[in-house]
Order: sequence, then structure tokens, then C-alpha cells
Amino acid sequence: MLKVRTPKNGKVKRELEKRAPKLVETGKKTLILHGTKTSGVLNEVLTEIYHLKKESAVKYSRRNEGIKPFENGGDSSLEFFSLKTDCSIIVYGSHSKKRPDNLVIARTYDHHIYDLVEVGIENFKSMHSFTYDKKLSPRVGSKPFITFIGEGFENVEELKHLKEVLLDMFRGEVVENINLAGLDRVYVCTAISPNKVFLTHCALRMKKSGSVVPRMELVEVGPSMDLVVRRHRLPSDGLRKEAMKTAKDQAKKKEKNVSQDAIHGKIGRIYIPDQKVGDVALPDKSKGVKRERCEAKMKNRDNGPASKKQKEDSEKPKEDSE
Amino acid sequence: MEMENQQPFQIDLGNLMAFNPHHQYPSLSSSREDLVSECLQKGAELAQFIANDLFNLPSTEDRDGPLVRLPPPSTRLPREKPLPKPKPPTKWELFAKKRGIKNRKKDKIVYDDQTGSWKRRHGYDRANDEENIPIIEAKMTDEPGVDPFAARRANKKNRVEKQERNQLQNLKQAAKVGALPSHVQLAATALPITGTQAAPKKITKDELGNVAGMAATSTASGGKFDKKLAGEKPAKHQGKYRKFLPVVEGTGIGSQEREQTEKVLNRLISKNSHEILNINKAVNMYNVKKEKKQRNQRGKSSSMSSNKLKPNKKLQKKPLKKGSSKNGKAK
Repeated sequence: MLKVRTPKNGKVKRELEKRAPKLVETGKKTLILHGTKTSGVLNEVLTEIYHLKKESAVKYSRRNEGIKPFENGGDSSLEFFSLKTDCSIIVYGSHSKKRPDNLVIARTYDHHIYDLVEVGIENFKSMHSFTYDKKLSPRVGSKPFITFIGEGFENVEELKHLKEVLLDMFRGEVVENINLAGLDRVYVCTAISPNKVFLTHCALRMKKSGSVVPRMELVEVGPSMDLVVRRHRLPSDGLRKEAMKTAKDQAKKKEKNVSQDAIHGKIGRIYIPDQKVGDVALPDKSKGVKRERCEAKMKNRDNGPASKKQKEDSEKPKEDSE
Repeated sequence: MEMENQQPFQIDLGNLMAFNPHHQYPSLSSSREDLVSECLQKGAELAQFIANDLFNLPSTEDRDGPLVRLPPPSTRLPREKPLPKPKPPTKWELFAKKRGIKNRKKDKIVYDDQTGSWKRRHGYDRANDEENIPIIEAKMTDEPGVDPFAARRANKKNRVEKQERNQLQNLKQAAKVGALPSHVQLAATALPITGTQAAPKKITKDELGNVAGMAATSTASGGKFDKKLAGEKPAKHQGKYRKFLPVVEGTGIGSQEREQTEKVLNRLISKNSHEILNINKAVNMYNVKKEKKQRNQRGKSSSMSSNKLKPNKKLQKKPLKKGSSKNGKAK
């Protein structure tokens, strides 16, 4: 026999709904992992990637043994962690003699490894080593500009792959509306050689240029590092096709309380709750509470002209025709 | 991605991404600072290029700044999870479609005949509530000896159970195509064959490991030349669990079996015989008990005479004890 099991409280239900597959997805979470051994540089790299992705990342602080992403069966714990934390980008750092300062970026599809890129870290500069005006420092979770420079990103297979992974990792949530005043960070990725990419994180300073478009200036805020591409594994064609599926355009949601009229045009209907005049407390007219005349005058002067206030209040037109 | 002739950059406005595919690799001889500054300059160029497009989009003024509607991203990136599958129609939905039955909206509030007022259709204090009827009139067809209230309750229970069964059936269908609602799990409660009520025992990790180990070693070579699967661990609990002594008599271990059985047999036979009674020990115990009794009586009388002086008591006791023990031994 089977029994229907449903969560006992709303919190669990909401959490499960968050994890369920969605038609339109809301950003990928990143999981940051340490291998059996990590160097000081790598520790810093991992924490700083965590800081860059703060609100959509999970960082495990303990060492993890037995993770060998490129070997057969060595990625089972990665898949388990992905399932547990609901993350679909995994950044795994490990340090060995053969591959010093090694960083593996893995993406998962349906909690199974989708593709892998392995890079070595060189010339790392921490975000603490940069000096800049703190007013410029990017806000947590702001949508970044991402720029890729160099022919390598088009011609070399590995860099092309790395470009896609970096874009997926840093782009954040796909948004419909964006506030132009909130743009404050740029990732600059430059292909220095066929297997090396220079990655740096910059703050954006917008200066007046006389036109609508302000002049962009970059201020390096770090971290910055060289990524040396080592191994990579592309997804199989079938898996890629499966993962690239997108939702067909959904039917538009029914527009409520709006109707069209031949004479008036577009007509909106709004609901105003009962005013409940009977419940309103009557003004207290006892003598001790009354204000002095001059006092009232002073107050009126401070408040300024009353016309502005009226403008804000008159924001609910019952009908607007087009 | 759109390509323009004047500006040879690729741009994906949905992701705020720009790509300059025409930049050559910088010469390796140049110093690090030069390289960084060159990259920043190129990056700023690209950022400017994105901004040109971005700031020219139609914007709406907000309290916090101008809001711009971004186009959907043009770079195709893989999904995180598969697309959700559509829920299959329930059995009722199929039936309704076949018969052309359409859903009608029902009023939330219904007239209640009993109280003569309008009440909610469902929930607490609902209209026409079956449970609330205090008197059920007897009919001619009623069988004597049948409790109509119990029948009503049983009827309701049956209907609820039937609905639950239907719901489960529909959920099973949904689970088959993988379209179960995210918050619902179908869990096994009992084995389908026996129909017992007890939930099946969960197999622990250790037990599973043991069984896997046994299966791995049950080949002709004892699992030595078998191909190891990825992530397979060496078998646990190799070797025997139980030992049996040889049944055939002989020397050494051979005689152990006989000894064991004899031991058990002896104990059984001697249960009722008096040989198990140690007379010496019994007599000793009897004596000790007797002396204790006497001592207690004497102690009581002495405490009565000497007016509650504790040290005195102790002094008296010591020699007494010694004497008694000697006496006991002598006997």
C-alpha cells in the first residue's frame, strides 16, 4: 500500500516548492567546497568567490575526501552535495603537487554533473590588497556587467567553454527590470594566451558625459587572478539538448478588472473598502486639548505649501481613458 | 547575438554581457601592470558599449532611479532542472470530458432549512449539516435493531475512505509520468502481498554492506578476479559467523561436543537431587544468623542501661565481635 505524505507545516512545504523544477528558473546557487588539501591561496580564492556570490551561495568549511570530479565515480559526492544544498554550480578547490591551486567548476543538471572545467589559479590578488574609494565598492547581489575580451573565447574550445561557465556563474538571476542607478560592478575576462584567462572584478564609476549615457570608468576592486585551463569535460549531445529546453511562451495571465469600451477606451475597475464612518473616533473638543492660535500658525508655516500634499493624494483615478 | 558592422562587438543585453572577439593575445613580454591596465581599458570600452544600448532603452522613472526593461537573454545556458511535466487528468476529469460535464461555480453561502438562516456551504457551522440532525425519523422500511446514527457515521466514513482511495489512484498515475506535486510523497506503508499493517523494516547501511559483500565473494574465486565497480568498497564481514563442533567422537575437539551435552544433562538431572546442597555452608550460615540475633538482643539491653553514650557502645561491641567470630569458627 502507498500512503500520501505531505509536509506537516508551511515552512517545509514552501522549501520543497522552492526546490521543485520550475518553468522559468530563478538563478543558480553556487556551492563552494574544499578538497583534501587546499593551499592558502586557494582558501582565499574560495572565500572571495563566496563573497562575490554572497546571497546565492553555500560554503562548506570542512575538507572533503574522495572527490575526483574527472574520474569515474569520483563525482558521486558532488552530486549528493548538489542535491542536499540545491546548488547547481559547484566550485571545488584542491591542491596537489601535480595540479597546484586547482579549481574545478562543475555545473549540474537535475543534480547530475553536466560539465566540468578545471583551472589553475595564478597571480592571485586578494580584494584586501586593492585600495580604492570605499564609496565605490559594489553592493551585495547587484547585477554585474560581464565582459569577455580576446579572440581566444571564440576560437579555442576550452576557453569557449570557460566563457560559458563563467557567464553562468557570475550573471546572477535573470531579471526583467533593472535599476540603472544600481549598476556597480563589472567582471573583465581577458584571454591572455590560448590557455590562460585574466579575470578581474571591477567597480563601476559613472561620470557625466553630457548625453543620456554616462561615461563608464572601471576601478579595480579585486579579486583578480589568472585562470590556467587544465582539463575540461563537455556534456554529451543528448544531455545538452535536454538541458537547453526552454519553456514555450506561456499564455498571458487573465487581466482582471480591466475592460475595453468603444467610447471611453480602457476602463479599470477598482475596489474601495467601506469607509466605516460610524467607527471613527470623534475629535476631542475639551478645552484643555485645544491648540493656541499662534502655535497652529507656526506649524502650518513649517509644513510648507499644502498644494504638494494634495498631489500625492490624488493618485487614484477611477477611470483612465487612452 | 547581434552583430553590427560599425561596432564589432557581440552583446547580450539580457545578461549585460559583451564580447570583443577581435582582440589579439597581448605580447607576453609586457609587464603585469601594462597588461592589467590594457585589460581595464578594453573592459571599460565594452562596458561603455553595453551602457550605450542600456541607457537608450525606454525607462520609467522610479523613486530609486530609472527602471529599464531588459530584453530576454540571448545566450543559451543550460537549465538547472528539467522542465516540470504537466499533470495528467484525474479519472473524474477524464469522465467529465467524455460526458461533457462542465464545472459550475457554487455559491459560498447556502440557505439552511433547519435554522432558517443563510450559512456557509462548507466548514464549521455549515448549512444542512448531516451530523447536526438530532432526530432521525423512522421509516417503514427500517429494519429493527439497526442504529440509524451509527449507520450515518459509517456511511460518512465510507465516503471519506473512497475519496482517499480515488485521490491516491490519481496521485499514482501522476507519479508514473513524474508529475507529482512537489510537496507530495508517496510512501510505502506495508508489503503489498501480505497486506500487514506494520511498516517494512528499513534496511540499514551495515546490513546492505554485508549482503553486498557476501554477493561479491560468492564466485568461484571468492571475488578475487572480479571487476570492481566504481566506488565499490571491500566486503565487510568476511568469514564464518557460526561454529559447529564435530559430531563424530575423537580426541581434542571431538570430545568437546560430548562434554557440552553431558554438562547440560547433568545439570538437568541433578536439579532435584540433594547433592547440590552444600551442608557445611548451610550450617555455617545458620550459626551466623543465630549469633546475630543474640547480639542484637544484648545490644538493646546495654543501650538501655548506659544512658545513650555512643562511644561506650562501640567499646562494648568490639570485643564482642571478636569473640563471636572466634566462636563461629570453632563451631
